Amino acid sequence: MSADTLLHTPLFTLHEEAGGKMVPFAGYAMPLNYADGIMAEHRHVREHAGLFDVSHMGQVRLRGRSGDGEAAAHALERLVPADIVALKTGRQRYTQFTNEKGGILDDLMVARMGDSLLLVVNAACKDADIAHLQDELADCLVEVLEDRALLALQGPEAEDALAALAPAVRDMKFMDVRDVDVDGALCTISRSGYTGEDGFEISLPAMDASRVARKLLEQPAVKLIGLGARDSLRLEAGMCLYGSDIDETTTPVEAALEWSIQKSRRRGGAREGGFPGAVVILAQLEEGVSRRRVGLLPEGRAPVRGGAPLYADVEFATPLGKVTSGAFGPTVEAPVAMAYVATDYAAPQTPIVAELRGRAVPATVHVLPFVPARFKR
Amino acid sequence: MTLYFTKEHEWLRVEGETAIVGITKHAAEELGELVFVETRDAGTVVQAGESIAVVESVKAASDIYAPVDGEVLDNNPQLSDDPARVSSDPEGEGWIVKFRLSNPDQLESLMDADAYAAFIA
Repeated sequence: MSADTLLHTPLFTLHEEAGGKMVPFAGYAMPLNYADGIMAEHRHVREHAGLFDVSHMGQVRLRGRSGDGEAAAHALERLVPADIVALKTGRQRYTQFTNEKGGILDDLMVARMGDSLLLVVNAACKDADIAHLQDELADCLVEVLEDRALLALQGPEAEDALAALAPAVRDMKFMDVRDVDVDGALCTISRSGYTGEDGFEISLPAMDASRVARKLLEQPAVKLIGLGARDSLRLEAGMCLYGSDIDETTTPVEAALEWSIQKSRRRGGAREGGFPGAVVILAQLEEGVSRRRVGLLPEGRAPVRGGAPLYADVEFATPLGKVTSGAFGPTVEAPVAMAYVATDYAAPQTPIVAELRGRAVPATVHVLPFVPARFKR
Repeated sequence: MTLYFTKEHEWLRVEGETAIVGITKHAAEELGELVFVETRDAGTVVQAGESIAVVESVKAASDIYAPVDGEVLDNNPQLSDDPARVSSDPEGEGWIVKFRLSNPDQLESLMDADAYAAFIA
């Protein structure tokens, strides 16, 4: 896609003013990094607070045709393995759209508001997700919130920075969702994110986005952070990137996401199964899988990146799987990666071997996350 | 001593039959802070266009190509501990490889500083 056909988010002008290095991402012109660079931006988020524009992501409101949130929750459970019905008003949960083989069509956040559900889906998948919702949930109204932006404010100083404009957010806990007035803008704020740090995602009218972003940037702790650091932060936090670490060929159980499938949807649960691929996924929950997503710490300084093959031995005789995401972790100060390996090799501390430019690089399976999560529970 | 530049954003400082090779300031700015540099072993004979080093940022790996035919003589020993030196001083202390030219006539196809400045303008 050429530069002049890329979509712009409501913060495009702000990115350009701030010296953002704009790159194409999922059809949008998005900032890869600003003048400080990925390493400095990454560390700033871990130490202070970073503001990310994630307005390219899809925001969808789902309502039952009768207008209530309960009906929407029952309906959405036909497409995802999480317990949505038990999700209380003002709470949010992570889940996946699955296919008939148990593979993952997209991963998403679902928030229960009083009379509806709010979904946040990946930019690259949003058109397919919306079509999927419209096709499968005829009993629901699917409203795409085209005129809303999405900001993420992440880091140990995020609470102070946002509370300066909206003191009510101090009372929120991890995965709480609330409608909050921020500088006159009607925002829907969740205490969540994609960095492993405490922080917030702020959905707000597009027309208010630039003004609120500039207000947040007036706080001394807050700097703009690009997609490059967003990726290294989520990797250190052990979070999946759709299209790399999870896709239509990986199931939630293989991806070590079974924590996101509550008991009520498992065998013997009150609303067992009933989502695409349930037969496969519920069996895997009980019987196990042949491969698992793991963290990987390669020895030395060389990053081992997505696609690198993994073996049990330095002769490359016994293939074990491959790396799905890899980079240098600025906080870990070493290369970090995520990979799928044969289940026999998935236990933490298991030594394996990565192939890098034809050479054998020793690596150790590592528990995820690489950097302890600092959510405010 | 003569300074040459390539379209792949490398520089060569040539003295007789040897050259010091690095990446240009422009390339260093594009790549961002480097986290790892790996070079081919001393004694490796390469043709122009073959990889003589890999430099890695947080985000991506980039090859450094031999600008002309020759042999890798040595690498910058300080880069294993401090690869960011390439980012902070790419055309000085951040040099990457020392190289023996096997066909110095090939240098004629490279750019001088003015031509390179025009190339990246």
